[in-house]
Amino acid sequence: MTAVALNMAETPTRRAWTRFRRNRAAMFGACLLAVLALSAIFAGAITAVLGLDAEAVDLASRYAPVSAAHPLGGDELGRDVLARLLQGGQVSLSVGLAAAVAAAGIGAAIGLLAGFQGGLTDSILMRITDGMLALPVLPLLIVLAAVDPTKLGMSADSGGAASVVRIVLIVALVGWPGAARLTRAAALSARAQDYVRAARAVGVHPFRIAIRHVAPAAAGPVIVAATLAMGQVILFESILSFLGLGIQPPLASWGAMLAHAQDTIWERPMLAIWPGVAIFLTVIAVNFVGDGLRDTSNPRAVENR
Amino acid sequence: MGRIIIQRTFGAGVTLLVLSGLTFALLALMPGDPVDLLAGSDPRLTPDDIARLKALYGVDKPFWERWISWLGRLAEGEFGYSRMFGAPVADVLPDALLRTLSLAIAALAISTVLGIAGGALAALKPGSIFDYGANFLVFAGVAAPSFWLALMGMALFSITLGWLPASALPADPDAGFFERARHLILPIAVLAALETAAILRHARAAVGEALTQAHVQTARSKGLSDFRIVWRHVLPNAMTPLVTVLALDLGALASGAVVVEVMFGYPGMGKLLYDAILGADYNLAMAVLLLGAGAILLANAAADVAYAAFDPRVGFGKAVT
Repeated sequence: MTAVALNMAETPTRRAWTRFRRNRAAMFGACLLAVLALSAIFAGAITAVLGLDAEAVDLASRYAPVSAAHPLGGDELGRDVLARLLQGGQVSLSVGLAAAVAAAGIGAAIGLLAGFQGGLTDSILMRITDGMLALPVLPLLIVLAAVDPTKLGMSADSGGAASVVRIVLIVALVGWPGAARLTRAAALSARAQDYVRAARAVGVHPFRIAIRHVAPAAAGPVIVAATLAMGQVILFESILSFLGLGIQPPLASWGAMLAHAQDTIWERPMLAIWPGVAIFLTVIAVNFVGDGLRDTSNPRAVENR
Repeated sequence: MGRIIIQRTFGAGVTLLVLSGLTFALLALMPGDPVDLLAGSDPRLTPDDIARLKALYGVDKPFWERWISWLGRLAEGEFGYSRMFGAPVADVLPDALLRTLSLAIAALAISTVLGIAGGALAALKPGSIFDYGANFLVFAGVAAPSFWLALMGMALFSITLGWLPASALPADPDAGFFERARHLILPIAVLAALETAAILRHARAAVGEALTQAHVQTARSKGLSDFRIVWRHVLPNAMTPLVTVLALDLGALASGAVVVEVMFGYPGMGKLLYDAILGADYNLAMAVLLLGAGAILLANAAADVAYAAFDPRVGFGKAVT
């Protein structure tokens, strides 16, 4: 603490990094997340090196036990579980990342508008946000997932890649309220700053003030919100895919893998463990990083203990 | 006091009205209307017949016109007819509602006791094993997918150990109370585990906050036992904020109930909703969605009112954040 305080030449970013590095949970989360992200990015290379194939159906290794050839065994079609897990991670993590960015974008836009405009706009938008936070998310997700895209003028293609785009949109539409609240708070405090009032006094257009002066002040909270939203949207995606409303075959996310595992749970309960552990670790890692970022980006943050 | 109640109930009513319009619009965007479904099952219908039937039932009208007539019927106490059950929606709902309520209330009761006791223990002894345990449970509860917890429960207690059934209803419809209760242990336990994690977090924060207050410090310096301090001096103070956050958590509890009901085959409101959406039974879906949302909004309004009633410092008109 003293070293940081004395070294005034340090940039805010550097100081934040120092604080972040000292947060053990956040560093643990960041390392875990890095491992998960790398294994998703290089899933193809890893499976190739290990001599595995995520799609090779081999009935001889149906429900194969753990062995050198199949490090986590085989599934109901004899496909290698580790290879499928790596491939599922690619889908789960990319959907999570895309949906978190989209959700944070929607939330930031709404929060900025509410905090900057104030008045009736603010009341209405925050009413909606609070309603979204209080009401159960899952029924809304199920309803949105059942909407027929062709009635909205989208293409009728529903398999594979199209299901990925659809699921990103759906979970982003549900995952934005957290980001909206954080952004609104930041916009409110920025609006009261002297430089914003000065800009207003010299007659700068409100839109320009919002973009040039208020939005940058909200950037920190938006990044925090996006990180925390990622954990949430990954859970949303997994549950929709588990219920058969999300990612469609031939693609499989971790949630979709668990749907298959439920079908075969009486024969092989072990198959239900790994995809769930993967989701669990990912969400915990993302939440640790998000909490760490929140504490570091806010110098006044008080430690929990 | 009366004004607060009217204000909150009115607010919940307006929200519910807006929500019903939104839900109606979304349901109108789902594939197929009742006449399309009928046409699919009867090949003798000509396109002319279909158009005539659509005009007859009014499904060719824009959704907002249908929404207004739906609201009119609702005002007369009419929920419409369920396609799946072949019965009025009003006949299907009570049983399902009762089932979901018994599941949710059992889970909520267990998790409230465990959560508050655990939270108080963790707040009283910071840095102890209880504190770390509570911390772990809170993070795990947020990160573990509810359906995976249910799967693991099934895998362990139903399949590996064979102690508990993996379905929420006994195969024999005339089974006695204890047999039926035995089938509910696992679903209730899964739901309670998720809810306990949420309550634990709030309870620890609320008790920790109350512990710093002067009268509690005095009680401590007088040498009162921990139990007496918590029971007499801390909990009464911590309860007020707790009730509000617990009401906010009801949404998560409802989501959890949907998952548990679908997975354990328990025909409550959550399973009804899931089946209604997949089976294009839109009257039923509409009724379940609005009843659920209405119950949660009312609970939140009630928590707000209770907060104001218990805590004279809370003035109304000011936002409580």
